[in-house]
Amino acid sequence: MLEVTWFVLWGLLWAVYFILDGFDMGLGTLLPFIARNDEERRIVYNAAGPFWDGNEVWLITAGGVTFAAFPKAYAVMFSALYAPLLMLLFALIFRAVSYEFRNKVDNPTWTAVWDGVNFLSNLVPALLLGVAFANLFMGIPIDAEGIYHGNLLKLLNVYGLAGGLFFVAIFAMHGALWLSFKAEGEIQSRALGTALVLWPIVLVLLLLFLILTAVYTNLFANYVRMPALWLVPALAVSGLFGVRAMLNAGKVLLAWCCSGVFILGVTFFGVLGMFPGMLISSMNPEWSVTAFNAASSPLTLKIMLGVALVMVPVVLVYQFWAYRTFSHTLNADDIARDHHAY
Amino acid sequence: MDVVMLSRLQFAVAVFFHFIFVPLTLGLSILLAYMETRYVMSGDEMWKRQVKFWGKLFLINFTLGIVTGITLEFQFGTNWSRYSQYVGDIFGSLLAIEATVAFFLESTFIAVWHFGWDRVGKKMHCFAIWMVALAGNLSALWIILANGWMQNPVGYVLRNGRAELEDFLTVVQNPYAWGMYMHTVSSAWMLGGFFVLGVSAWHLLRGSHTDFFRRSFRMAAPFTLAMVLAVAAAGHHQGANVATLQPAKLAAMEAQWETEKSAPFHLLLLPDVENESNSVQALSLPGMMSWVAYGDTQAEIRGLKDFPSEDRPPVAATFWSFRLMLLLGGIFMLLALLAVVQRSSARICPCLLKALVWALPLPYIAIALGWAVAEIGRQPWIVYNLMRTSDAVSPVPGSSVLVSLIAFIAVYSALGLLDIMLLRTYARKGPEA
Repeated sequence: MLEVTWFVLWGLLWAVYFILDGFDMGLGTLLPFIARNDEERRIVYNAAGPFWDGNEVWLITAGGVTFAAFPKAYAVMFSALYAPLLMLLFALIFRAVSYEFRNKVDNPTWTAVWDGVNFLSNLVPALLLGVAFANLFMGIPIDAEGIYHGNLLKLLNVYGLAGGLFFVAIFAMHGALWLSFKAEGEIQSRALGTALVLWPIVLVLLLLFLILTAVYTNLFANYVRMPALWLVPALAVSGLFGVRAMLNAGKVLLAWCCSGVFILGVTFFGVLGMFPGMLISSMNPEWSVTAFNAASSPLTLKIMLGVALVMVPVVLVYQFWAYRTFSHTLNADDIARDHHAY
Repeated sequence: MDVVMLSRLQFAVAVFFHFIFVPLTLGLSILLAYMETRYVMSGDEMWKRQVKFWGKLFLINFTLGIVTGITLEFQFGTNWSRYSQYVGDIFGSLLAIEATVAFFLESTFIAVWHFGWDRVGKKMHCFAIWMVALAGNLSALWIILANGWMQNPVGYVLRNGRAELEDFLTVVQNPYAWGMYMHTVSSAWMLGGFFVLGVSAWHLLRGSHTDFFRRSFRMAAPFTLAMVLAVAAAGHHQGANVATLQPAKLAAMEAQWETEKSAPFHLLLLPDVENESNSVQALSLPGMMSWVAYGDTQAEIRGLKDFPSEDRPPVAATFWSFRLMLLLGGIFMLLALLAVVQRSSARICPCLLKALVWALPLPYIAIALGWAVAEIGRQPWIVYNLMRTSDAVSPVPGSSVLVSLIAFIAVYSALGLLDIMLLRTYARKGPEA
């Protein structure tokens, strides 16, 4: 039971990470296309400004919890996905630096370079996370010892690339919705238009991804076994249609929330389909790393559960408060006046 | 080079680079919290300007500390997966607790502090920097509890082919870890003090913003001296832990080859590793080493020759790191003392100011050397007496590690240079009017 609880919490941490940092990645991905001048670019930066760092901590926590609750899964996942994870890491390093350094030197070349860095360092993690999770859904070539028998190119298969593309599109829409909520002026209507263009693309990619999932993975087996689980993909689909409905009603913040529900549904669709697998072996199902054979001792799981039950609600309260504090809309004049803005 | 050595080098690059930024974050956050509290209590605009100036430098430094920290969490899995699997039950949970208890707090409140000058009230803004200071120093506690467990594993049981948690309270109360924590945090606060003194000295030498930097100087000097004394006291205390719990490390730190009762401390010492002896031993203080280690001038110190050669740490690196750290500690004591004596005089001696500017890199070096003693001195063990470093490495090809090592060196060098350049620019610019 403890293992199952932690498996669900593990999925939840990833989902929260995707929901929160997803819009940061989306903003960066859209930066060169949506912002036409320096003032608009600064609006995009400051839309992520007070949030990206706290959002990124959900990734660190997801990693830390994998380590603590499922040490074997952490060990096999991180060493098998060596190259993509280090690329993700370098991207996150550059991303943080691009936020912090861009406006520290008053020189157009300097800012242009960091704009390029910000774009790539937000696009690449979205892509890599999509590729990585699609491969996890499908299974990777690991042997009984958890040793990986593949390489980077093996991850870039049809299904992996579809996953990457899907994540990029989801996060781009999520970022466009956030910008529609945060920005003022011309860029705000452009962001809204972008979200409306991306919506059908995400819908098509969702259908494509579901079909490919049926072809390449075994995820649907759990759904056949336990039909109640269909509620989860249903939640995802209703989230996506909720986005459209809220946009039609002119409620952008609610549209963003629906997009969050969509991401939650998509993540859990995959995670519950994998259960109890965490790293499914494509060489032999018996060699898979599961929530049961990778779990920590009951004592550690209990202590960690206590920490999570006390701390996570506290974290959510103050992060929510911080979001409220910085929920104001952004315009070029205010940013120009504010010495502390990015 | 084999995959073990490459992975060790990569970890060394990752951890030493990370620890360039961490001490300033820990030390300067405390000073910022103090300055902002003075501002809120007195309403004196000068304190607000102090917070804004030092805060800008703090933020430039802070970001690199954060992102280079993520590297470390990745490293355990990417490069030390056998270690992670063996000890994750204990070590992993300490890291996860660090993230939940400290990282969220730090990242949320740094944003409130950075962007919130006009968004939250004065008191809330001051509260935010206190939270940042608390969270940073709290995260240091959890990560050092994790490192302390590698140095002195406690509260575990070997079961199911791995180390499993048996008693969480024992892990959290690990005396070795607490000794490390006190020594590390006080040295980080000391570094923060010397940073403020050094930058202030640069401006005072040029007579720019004199009133402003005299106040910074006057504030930092006693703080720095107090921290130098705390570092020394905590270091002395930790020496006793090393002596009882890691005797091979102690022997390497002092290049003590033979087991000896009433061992002296040699002020001048030149180890000859090849011949397992010392070519120079002079200016000896009789019984001093025994006293430092055990509080008893008659106590017996185990020599390196008492340990099988495969259980000995690299002697030269451990010895020289420790010696140099001690030497730097002496310099810090002198500088901090002079700064306190001179802090209120109408004209601080320019030679002291110059020395303080030149001393800016020294605390960084001393802290890195301290970590070198702790980590190299623990070898050949990744978990002391429990798991060898050579058994801990991931089953990944050496070529992958070589590529990532080169990438780390290239990226980190570039970022390090950029960071120093920005810090210099903003430090020299001085406060805004």
